[in-house]
Amino acid sequence: MNESILQTEQLKAFYVLDVYGTPKVVKAVNEVDLEIKENEVYGIAGESGCGKTTLLKALVGAIEPPLRLVGGRVLYHMVGDEVDIFSLDEEEKRRLRWEYVSYVPQGSMSVLNPVIKLKETYRDFIESHASKDMRADAFQIARNHIAELGLPLKILDAYPHQLSGGMRQRVTIALATLLHPRIIIADEPTTALDVVVQRGVVQLLKDIQRRLENTIVVVTHDMGVQANIADRIGIMYAGKIVEESTTERIFGNPHHPYTQYLINSLPRFGDKTTRKSVPGSPPSLVNLPSGCPFHPRCPYEMDICTEQVPSLVNRDLNHKVACWLAGEGEYGKAS
Amino acid sequence: MTFMKRYLIPRLIQYVLVIWLGITVVFLIPRLTPNDPIMRMIGEMRGRGSTLEPGTMDDIIEDLTEMYGLGGSWLDQYWAFWGRLFHGDFGVSFFQFPTRVNQLIATAMPWTLGLLLTTTAITWTFGNIIGGLAGYYSRKGWSRTLDAVAMVIRPLPYYIFAFALLLLFASSLVFQWFPLTGGASMGALPTFTWAYIKDVLWHSALPALSLSILGGAVVFQTMKLLVQNVNAESFVQYAKLGGVTESRIVGKYVIRNALLPQITGLALSFGQIFSGALITEIVFSYPGLGMLLYRAIINGDYNLIMGITIFSIVGISTAILVVDLTYPLIDPRVRYY
Amino acid sequence: MKVLRDLFRDYRFCFSFGVLVIILILALLSFFAPYDPTLWNVVPKDTKPSAEHILGTDSNGQDIFWQATFAVRNSLIISLIAAMVSRVVAILVGMIAGYKGGSTDRVLMFVSDSLLIIPLFLTMVMLAMLLRQHMNLVILGLMLSAFGWPWDARLIRSLILSLREREFTETAVLSGTGTVKLVLKEYLPFAMPLIFSTLINNMSWAIGLEMTLAILGLVNINIPTLGTMLNWALFYQSILLQRWWWILTPVVLALFLFIALYWLSVSISEYLDPRTRIQRVGTQ
Repeated sequence: MNESILQTEQLKAFYVLDVYGTPKVVKAVNEVDLEIKENEVYGIAGESGCGKTTLLKALVGAIEPPLRLVGGRVLYHMVGDEVDIFSLDEEEKRRLRWEYVSYVPQGSMSVLNPVIKLKETYRDFIESHASKDMRADAFQIARNHIAELGLPLKILDAYPHQLSGGMRQRVTIALATLLHPRIIIADEPTTALDVVVQRGVVQLLKDIQRRLENTIVVVTHDMGVQANIADRIGIMYAGKIVEESTTERIFGNPHHPYTQYLINSLPRFGDKTTRKSVPGSPPSLVNLPSGCPFHPRCPYEMDICTEQVPSLVNRDLNHKVACWLAGEGEYGKAS
Repeated sequence: MTFMKRYLIPRLIQYVLVIWLGITVVFLIPRLTPNDPIMRMIGEMRGRGSTLEPGTMDDIIEDLTEMYGLGGSWLDQYWAFWGRLFHGDFGVSFFQFPTRVNQLIATAMPWTLGLLLTTTAITWTFGNIIGGLAGYYSRKGWSRTLDAVAMVIRPLPYYIFAFALLLLFASSLVFQWFPLTGGASMGALPTFTWAYIKDVLWHSALPALSLSILGGAVVFQTMKLLVQNVNAESFVQYAKLGGVTESRIVGKYVIRNALLPQITGLALSFGQIFSGALITEIVFSYPGLGMLLYRAIINGDYNLIMGITIFSIVGISTAILVVDLTYPLIDPRVRYY
Repeated sequence: MKVLRDLFRDYRFCFSFGVLVIILILALLSFFAPYDPTLWNVVPKDTKPSAEHILGTDSNGQDIFWQATFAVRNSLIISLIAAMVSRVVAILVGMIAGYKGGSTDRVLMFVSDSLLIIPLFLTMVMLAMLLRQHMNLVILGLMLSAFGWPWDARLIRSLILSLREREFTETAVLSGTGTVKLVLKEYLPFAMPLIFSTLINNMSWAIGLEMTLAILGLVNINIPTLGTMLNWALFYQSILLQRWWWILTPVVLALFLFIALYWLSVSISEYLDPRTRIQRVGTQ
């Protein structure tokens, strides 16, 4: 059993907005308990607007108004020590970033400084973290790293706008692995890329994980990618984790009705029946339904579901579900 | 090579065309109005009490017409006009007869140039630095206070602001720290002595202050807004997530990117800054092109006004051209079309 | 209205609203003025403010308060004419250039940029010098409007350019909407906030320019405006003679007017800009 490396306890992070006198609270991350282990690929899956990106921001401690940390902790287990990232000051947080935990952003965004060459960007990242001797050949380090990952060397002399989307994504992945971090968080790394490039990106991530033996957290709504790369998956809905297990069990035996819908909506070879997706639309994170947030769309809705929020409990060995159904031992596929 | 073709050549053509258009407008305006400047001059001469015999008046009219290039059809005049221009001949001043307009402009220009260059340098550097920092730390108290101050100063026209400063610091209303008029004390000789330089500085303090504060408020506000926008850009957030040191982010990522639109903004506002300088000079009776213009207006010296206008059009267009041509050197995205 | 209530939360809007209401009242009062502003020597000259003449009298023998009401009214009229006419030009030029693109766009932008580059002040000086005799409120307004449109035309053009790339444009074109209808019905609502804030800015600019021209004696100084009042005050050396009540009246009125107009435009455009609407942070 691997050691846990990143843990959240009852994490709550809300956006508090003041729209002309009326306060609006967006409960983006609502009591999330996560335990991410070393040397694994953990996937977080869910629709848009379920709070995934906010969860990521909280994980790296990038909480700025109007986002507020309302409760809970984010703990990093580093060499026997337990560190709450929100207890660190700015400089400590800055050093943690990239050396310990790095970030791969969505490919469609322009995350590279448009007016400097790529090698300058690499140098900025290296020199902000490195020791004196590393600084001296920042360019060389960058070059070696690029070559190691199989990317063409001449991209270092290019400007961001000269590269294609897929190449930019690979560059940012290379950047993320520069300092051999123990955790890499990838936010929708394959969205907005064509399938061929997607495959390349997924392969690259898997190679990196195998080589560095670190942890990769992949956030994406694309279940196909999750199936391909994740060891364990956590399903997120309306700011909460509603199911968590190994990839095989999630796909083979989903317990939560939402997960069942998700899995059943995926196309399969040889099965030509019409796919069904989840009815209705995701709830507003400002006006959450009472009790379990999924009950308005759930085919097995019971009275207790409208009254009390189910907590994430271990149902089987390492298979956690947050659902009142599971409590009663009844679960079946959504028809 | 494509850079030359697609950017440089069109830009140069535009440069030439704008100057040509402006000068043509300057040429046309007096000829389109119902006033006849020569008759007006005769009227003024008579009004000042000189008596003329009928015969000499015709001679005078003929001479004046030729001297001011008003003879022949419009097309002839136009040709002659350009001919003189290319010889750098702006003609003779109407009222400071027989001084040539060139000379008058040449004497006044250094004053204006000095004022303009120093104030632009000050407003540009300080405005951008302070505005940049204020934009980056936009939540801090000092940033908000500065913004509020700029909000009050910015909408004021140059004349009113200069005038208010005059009332405050040079008249007897509140303080009387600075001289009311002039570029140097009366009768002072332009030499390179410290005494003279100090004198000039003391006299130019208020005009420079007036221009700097007004210009600075605008630069400050635009830069602050730009920086706030850049701050929200993905690549800045990304660099922060990457743990890049703050000083690097502020300099290389935020300010460097915010400066780009600011530079084009500067170029476009050259005309405004120049006009503002002229107006300020008038308020303080500062001996630059502004005062020259004012005297020309009062005396109906059309030649002088035309000369100053043409000179300004060429000067400002050239300044904008220089900025436009150096822009690709700073922004790599424009280079590769 | 909820909109007004929300706007009043912004202290800048409150200030400018208040000031503008006062200024409007002043302008309307001019219709009840007991003295004819174009006559001289209707009251004793150069008296300090008193119960009978609230702001004193000037060297022309006019009551300064009532003179100011006319000045405010005329300045507002001039700036309204200038701003509205130049709005129309700016909208036409901006929309045509933005939508048609190509060489139409290039030509229009060339004309617009040239007007920006040519030192405005000097051209106005030349024009004013020559039109001085025939000048009245309308002509001055039109003169100002001729130069007030280039900057805003460019802003509108950028807006149209970005709107053109949006999906609804494609939908409209594919469903057969004519160009004029498309531009007027679909784009204009987007442009309204921009047009409104530039209208106010333009008014402020027009008043400022009018004052500058007036001080240089380039307008018809017999028509009372804020600028001509200042001109007369300077002409009669009111600084040296320390007749502060005369010179400060137009200056203070103008200062308040400029700041109020600017704050009005800023607060309204911030209200309408969706990005800044949700900027505030709530307290716990």
